[in-house]
Amino acid sequence: MKIEVLGPGCANCRKLEQDVNAALAELGIEAEVVKITDLNKISSYGILMTPGLVINSKIYSSGKIPVVTTLKRWIEEEARKQTL
Amino acid sequence: MDIANIIHSGWEALLEYLSAHVLTCLVPAFFIAGAIAVFVSQASVMKYFGAKANKLLAYSVASVSGTILAVCSCTILPLFAGIHKRGAGLGPGIAFLYSGPAINILAIVYSARLLGFDLGLARAVGAVIFSVIIGLIMAFIWRKEELKRVNNPGELILPQEEEKTKPQGITLFYFSILVGILIFGAAKKWAITAVLLMVLGLILYRWFRKDELKYWMEQTWDLFKKIFPILIAGVFVAGIIRALLPQQVVETWLGGNGLRATFIASVFGALMYFSTLTEVPIIRALMDLGMGKGPALTLLLAGPALSLPNMIVIARIMGIKKTGVYVCLVVVMATITGMIFGNLIL
Repeated sequence: MKIEVLGPGCANCRKLEQDVNAALAELGIEAEVVKITDLNKISSYGILMTPGLVINSKIYSSGKIPVVTTLKRWIEEEARKQTL
Repeated sequence: MDIANIIHSGWEALLEYLSAHVLTCLVPAFFIAGAIAVFVSQASVMKYFGAKANKLLAYSVASVSGTILAVCSCTILPLFAGIHKRGAGLGPGIAFLYSGPAINILAIVYSARLLGFDLGLARAVGAVIFSVIIGLIMAFIWRKEELKRVNNPGELILPQEEEKTKPQGITLFYFSILVGILIFGAAKKWAITAVLLMVLGLILYRWFRKDELKYWMEQTWDLFKKIFPILIAGVFVAGIIRALLPQQVVETWLGGNGLRATFIASVFGALMYFSTLTEVPIIRALMDLGMGKGPALTLLLAGPALSLPNMIVIARIMGIKKTGVYVCLVVVMATITGMIFGNLIL
């Protein structure tokens, strides 16, 4: 699984990255977490507000920090898709 | 002047700043900014930035939406990149990039309080008009490129609108009460302020859910934590500037409302980095040392929008040539506006 955290490096984006890692640890799922900080690249995803969260090329959220339980649900969803 | 004196000056500025009269206006402003983050749907604004959006609307919305979207540059730059590359285009993108940091509610309230009502108002009005003009000029210069882009726009994912939890009239009423508290609190009309506070309590009790209130408090506290330490540092630096910089130097280079003083203020503002809101106490210090009101407005218009580090980021998004033109436009326009304000309006 590939999880991308989009954001130029402000406090909110770092928080999201931490939360993603926390969610992964709680679920015991391994994933590649990538931080995208280049603004041109961020805008190429088509999102306007950072932080953005992209899991397996699908945009899950932008402009806010989802709570960890929501993150866990998304990650589990994607993990299930992969095993199918 | 020895070190002890310099530190003392910074310390005095800090104490003065923390005294009640500045706080009474900033505390409500923080609550309003927090309320905006929670109760104003950002999605409803975003739809005006899409590639197919009406151009006139896109410009107007871009020039004023800084009030509700932007508090720090980390929100402005990604939005700018998105609007420019995939949304409404270069013009509205630039308008947003420019006006965003200048017209957020905290910046306006703070400027009006510390620098005078006329400068605060001139800053807000100047920034809005200015941003549209600069955006239009930029879009005109690169109109061919823009045409190509419009025929081949990328997809812009707009955030979904959240469901409304309360009638719109109530939200509007709630915000007007908040603004009323801010204004009458600043004017020290305590009786009216108290009445408004009671009305606010009633609204909150009747129409707001507990989790909404909690979220509002969290956002307000979050903003406060983010901005207040920077402000304190800015005030301290301003106090040190006041002690270090000889009055004569400021009077010579920035005094009066002449063309030279205004232009120097403009260039200085463009290069210098001011983090969120710190431009205000620093400009106050310079004004105390003899800077004219015209150059002060110029600094307010050129300062927060531009700095060396942010030029580098902008250049990476839209290229060096466009950035160069943008910087020149801001410097020239800020000078002109400062001249008009200093010589015709005052």
